[in-house]
Amino acid sequence: MVKEGNNAKRLRQALEQRLPQIVVAPLFAASMFFVYGFIGWTAYISLTKSGVMPDYTLTGIGQYVRLWSTPRWYVAIGNLFIFSSLFIAIALAIGVLLAVLLDQRVRAEGVIRTIYLYPMALSFIVTGTVWKWMLNPGLGLERLVRQAGWENFRFDWLVNSDYAIYTVVIAAVWQSSGYAMALFLAGLRSVDDEVLRAAAIDGAGPWRTYTGIILPILRPVFLSTVIILAHLAIKSFDLVIALTGGGPGYATDVPATFMYSFAFQRSELGVAAASATMMLMTVVAIIVPYLYSELRKTGR
Amino acid sequence: MKKYVGLLSAAGIAGLVSVGSAHAEGQVEVLHWWTSGGEAKAVGELKSAFEAEGGVWIDSPIAGGGGDAAMTALRARVVAGNPPTAVQLKGPGIQEWADQGALNDVQDVASAENWDAVLPPVLAAIMKYDGKYVAAPVNIHRVDWLWGNPQALKTAGIEAMPTTWDEFNAAADKLLAAGIIPLAHGGQPWQDATLFEDVVLGVGGADFYRKALVELDQAALTSDTMVKSFDQLRKLRGYLDPNFSGRDWNLATAMVMRGEAAFQIMGDWAKGEFLAAGKVPGTDFLCAPTPGDGYVLNSDSFTFFKVKGDENLKGQQVLARLIMSPGFQETFNLAKGSIPARTDVLLDKFDDCAKRSHEDLLAAIKDNTLVPSMAHEMAIPRSVRGEFLDLVTQFFNSDMSSEEAATKLADAVLRAQ
Repeated sequence: MVKEGNNAKRLRQALEQRLPQIVVAPLFAASMFFVYGFIGWTAYISLTKSGVMPDYTLTGIGQYVRLWSTPRWYVAIGNLFIFSSLFIAIALAIGVLLAVLLDQRVRAEGVIRTIYLYPMALSFIVTGTVWKWMLNPGLGLERLVRQAGWENFRFDWLVNSDYAIYTVVIAAVWQSSGYAMALFLAGLRSVDDEVLRAAAIDGAGPWRTYTGIILPILRPVFLSTVIILAHLAIKSFDLVIALTGGGPGYATDVPATFMYSFAFQRSELGVAAASATMMLMTVVAIIVPYLYSELRKTGR
Repeated sequence: MKKYVGLLSAAGIAGLVSVGSAHAEGQVEVLHWWTSGGEAKAVGELKSAFEAEGGVWIDSPIAGGGGDAAMTALRARVVAGNPPTAVQLKGPGIQEWADQGALNDVQDVASAENWDAVLPPVLAAIMKYDGKYVAAPVNIHRVDWLWGNPQALKTAGIEAMPTTWDEFNAAADKLLAAGIIPLAHGGQPWQDATLFEDVVLGVGGADFYRKALVELDQAALTSDTMVKSFDQLRKLRGYLDPNFSGRDWNLATAMVMRGEAAFQIMGDWAKGEFLAAGKVPGTDFLCAPTPGDGYVLNSDSFTFFKVKGDENLKGQQVLARLIMSPGFQETFNLAKGSIPARTDVLLDKFDDCAKRSHEDLLAAIKDNTLVPSMAHEMAIPRSVRGEFLDLVTQFFNSDMSSEEAATKLADAVLRAQ
């Protein structure tokens, strides 16, 4: 009896100790399989000669050689860098500026904040479509200004191969800078009043207060904003599809649209898998060191 | 993944249905992406014809992305070992699937019905794998059509549809002077490639077309004729309105209808747009082949996948016979705007453009100037076609020189092979 009671108790204790693991295990297994399993599968496919159907015979790095000799891939990568650096920089700058201005205890702040934040509530497809109409030279802005009397006004970036990628930046910045503003505003509000009062007593002007004290305090907010914007930039697919369809030609292709078109339109699973793997590598190479250095600095 | 699970359960339900209803004339599941207007009506014709024979028809329409979504679904179904009976699949795509061992042949039906005698040889070759029919064509679309607005042409003082590219250029210059957009076009890669292949046929002739765009001969791809074709394409680029980028083809057709633009180069699905708007061929719009001798062929077909079970096999055979029956070819093509794939069907009920298409088709078969379309996935695998589209559209949207384009094209083709 005593022995059995002991056994049951021990079993229960063991169960209690293991319960968190047991509860988490199925979820863990599922995400291992569906996320990391398929990442592995994609990496494997990139080393095969897969065309219309997956082919599991390993053939080495031929698909990567093919990928890196395709001019369209270079356009896609170039666009990703132009787009993400401009998008992150401009959205951050506008976000900070708006947040600082709103922080001056302006009247009707709630209304203004909502107006700036509202674009974030739209999907990228909607943003893309709306901006496609506005930027279309025959329908939108250019026509409007010309009708207003400036006959020689030109704004045809959307249909110009060299500038089309910047229209994607414009639309994305419009959509996301309000969100960056909200993050910064929350950060500004959490700055301790004591610090600001101390700064005021020491005679620091507003410029010095912001650049020297408040923005450095907001460093963690910068980190999370950059990460959120960066992942928006890297996975930007819907915006490009809706705004330019990758065109004119393939001038606004980004790696995600490149991969889609090779996998689903051209029956080249191998090249598509190779490009997906390259995308993953790029993200890992940029984000991991950044996260590492930032997290170490903040001591977490 | 969710999609995949959905497909599996759909497949499961399909399985249950097949147990429930055993029919004498078999059953088919048809995967297609004909979901809009005339196309959906055309598929409806096939469905009712099949059901009239006592079979069970399971419709699997998968819309979106010009068939990309359907191809993704197909891939998942074949991997899961449960392919549909017939799939709307064309051109060298048929060979790609056949190489995977995923297709059934319907040679018994084809021999019994003597398909070889009624199909254009170029088309028959595309439908066969290892000498046996694995697919059945439902129609023939002509790609090298030049559509014109007679009022616009009259305003600019042009009397007849141009028959050479020089005439076309002269006419376009007159139109420019009269303030009319000479050529309506949509800047999408497949449309750019459609212009390109029609120009290649016109500049180089059918033999050159075959060498360059079908056999992918390196010497032909870098030849002077190819450079000249690119020169003409560059000229066409100058005849567009500045706003063409990304435009859908039917919007370009509407520009011709309204008289904003004088010409459009597009396959005969554009005719469907004119007819749907109540326009009459000959008075409201003109149709003529693009300059040059030949006929660029595009054809939709149903490809037969490896299904198991007597019920399904029976259905597959019946479907193959129906698709190629003269009655069905007539009703289907009246609904879709193309012409029958069988060359022996009378075209009494069709419009003048379709009759012209049929006559030219017979002449082209006789003169051996019938060529498969590159832009519409009839001539070369999708991977190589993709390289063509990339290069042509890049040329079209930049100031690349014709020589450079020809060299780059040859390199790109080599890379994709």
